[in-house]
Amino acid sequence: MTALAYTVSDSRVMLRRNLKHQLRYPSMTLMLVGMPIVFLLLFVYVFGGQLGAGLGAHLGRHAYLNYVVPGLLLITVASAVQGTSIMVAMDMTGGIIDRFRTMNIARASVLTGHVLGSLIQTLAAFGVLIGVAFGLGFDSSAGLLDWLAAIGILALFAFALIWLAVALGLAAKSVETASNTPMILILLPFFGSGFVATATMPAGLRQFAEYQPFTPVTDTVRALLTGAAVGHHAIAAIAWSVGIAALSYLWALRLYNRRRATEAH
Amino acid sequence: MTGQNSTPGIVASGVCKSFSAHLVLDNVNLTADEGSIFALLGPNGAGKTTMVRILSTLIPADSGSMQIAGHDVVGDPDGVRAHIGVTGQFSAVDNLLTGRENLRLMTDLRHLGREAGQRRITELLEQFDLTDAADKPLSVYSGGMRRRLDLAMTLVGQPSVIFLDEPTTGLDPASRLTMWQIVRQLSRSGVTILLTTQYLEEADQLADRIAVLDQGRIVAEGTPDELKRRIPGGHVRLHFAGPESLRSAAELLPAAAPDPDELVLQVPADGTVDSLRGLLDELHQARIDVERLSIHTPDLDDVFFAVTGGHVPEENPIAEGVAAR
Repeated sequence: MTALAYTVSDSRVMLRRNLKHQLRYPSMTLMLVGMPIVFLLLFVYVFGGQLGAGLGAHLGRHAYLNYVVPGLLLITVASAVQGTSIMVAMDMTGGIIDRFRTMNIARASVLTGHVLGSLIQTLAAFGVLIGVAFGLGFDSSAGLLDWLAAIGILALFAFALIWLAVALGLAAKSVETASNTPMILILLPFFGSGFVATATMPAGLRQFAEYQPFTPVTDTVRALLTGAAVGHHAIAAIAWSVGIAALSYLWALRLYNRRRATEAH
Repeated sequence: MTGQNSTPGIVASGVCKSFSAHLVLDNVNLTADEGSIFALLGPNGAGKTTMVRILSTLIPADSGSMQIAGHDVVGDPDGVRAHIGVTGQFSAVDNLLTGRENLRLMTDLRHLGREAGQRRITELLEQFDLTDAADKPLSVYSGGMRRRLDLAMTLVGQPSVIFLDEPTTGLDPASRLTMWQIVRQLSRSGVTILLTTQYLEEADQLADRIAVLDQGRIVAEGTPDELKRRIPGGHVRLHFAGPESLRSAAELLPAAAPDPDELVLQVPADGTVDSLRGLLDELHQARIDVERLSIHTPDLDDVFFAVTGGHVPEENPIAEGVAAR
């Protein structure tokens, strides 16, 4: 086998290990997938009547359901990466990582396994959320290509945040820290266009909401699902995703290699 | 894998390592011949684990040169990794997988291929008496079973050099004996083994050579017999019924140290059956009645008193904390 073939093979083995972990640790997987569903029900049935009326005259709960689904897809991303961070930290604080490090295996395959495993989990969680949304009466004018584009944008953004979560998991001194740090990501869809229009927010918060990375992703997905013009949002969404992914990847790799060099903890 | 040449399994010279200002390893030299068992003996914080972590490519040394199975640790770490297996004192098993899945993880990462992998897994499960528990989750494994699985995982790649960091710490006596048998079998199959231990008995039972590590320095090195000759403290305690017999025994055995308060005579002895028989014969012929006797074999404390000039091995939480991870 060539070096590349070894890398692919080792990463696949690590991916399978990661997927098995998700199945063997169902309480966490269920929590990560279930939380966006709970939010969906909460926002549609508790807040939806009133928030829907705010979208325009004669609009209500159903209109708000259609409005809020992109926001909840981003909550899904934020929720799933919390699991990534926890899993990475669990690996790093356990004994098995030392075994991997004393083996002649593709160096980054441990991290690649986590990233791909989390990505698959996130895509599955999208499926569950969209399924439940349809069950509640969600309707969309989007065609197949629009859906694919929307999922593609979401997956790219998820990929970026997963690498960020891997870095956070590596930086964390304990599993507890690793589970707390990414929680801030759950808040960002709220401080953006996920649940209400940013135009309704006071100055200062509004500027933050309009320029933080979750907003262009939300706006792009919302435009694709409602058949509106995507505009410049997509470019901003892709730029943010690529930027976050690249920086987080470099940060994660540095943390991973530095741990190997000094073992300072 | 077996000795077609005379390359030693492990050679290290001038290894130094410090964590911040604390010197953990101070110019350590050691050589383990191919197929031999080398024991690194010392108390907590002596630097044993740090030495293993350096030799197994986990952390870099500050200075020194090391070759494992002919590969340079600094220059060719992947070459080293292809030939070694490491079982640390903290179990390096995946707790969310079953025993079989843990082994499968290793055969896959060693690129054994599906069939060869399955064969190796079955073989190792049998060898380590884990066949019945193979498909159970690790949560139901006992400490000894986890340690056996850990070692089985280490052996998947058929390494020619194995590092065992305190392989029996925390095991019950039966599991300890099993582990010793396994280590001996491995050595017979030609594998070079470096093991660390706090127990002199373990080093004595298993090792061809022992190095005593104290505060980062090797303070004594040799075969178990060589070392034991340097260690006083092995003795037989003879308990007498009255001061009369104690006095006559002390006259008979001038090398012994009498303790009149406790009516005990402490006779230097190496603990072998022959020497004991000789001693008892001598007493019997002199018609001295001994009430009972107890045998005291040298332990780690004796080794330390002997080779470090009498300072008590101190616990070193700082070094241990750093070295442990």
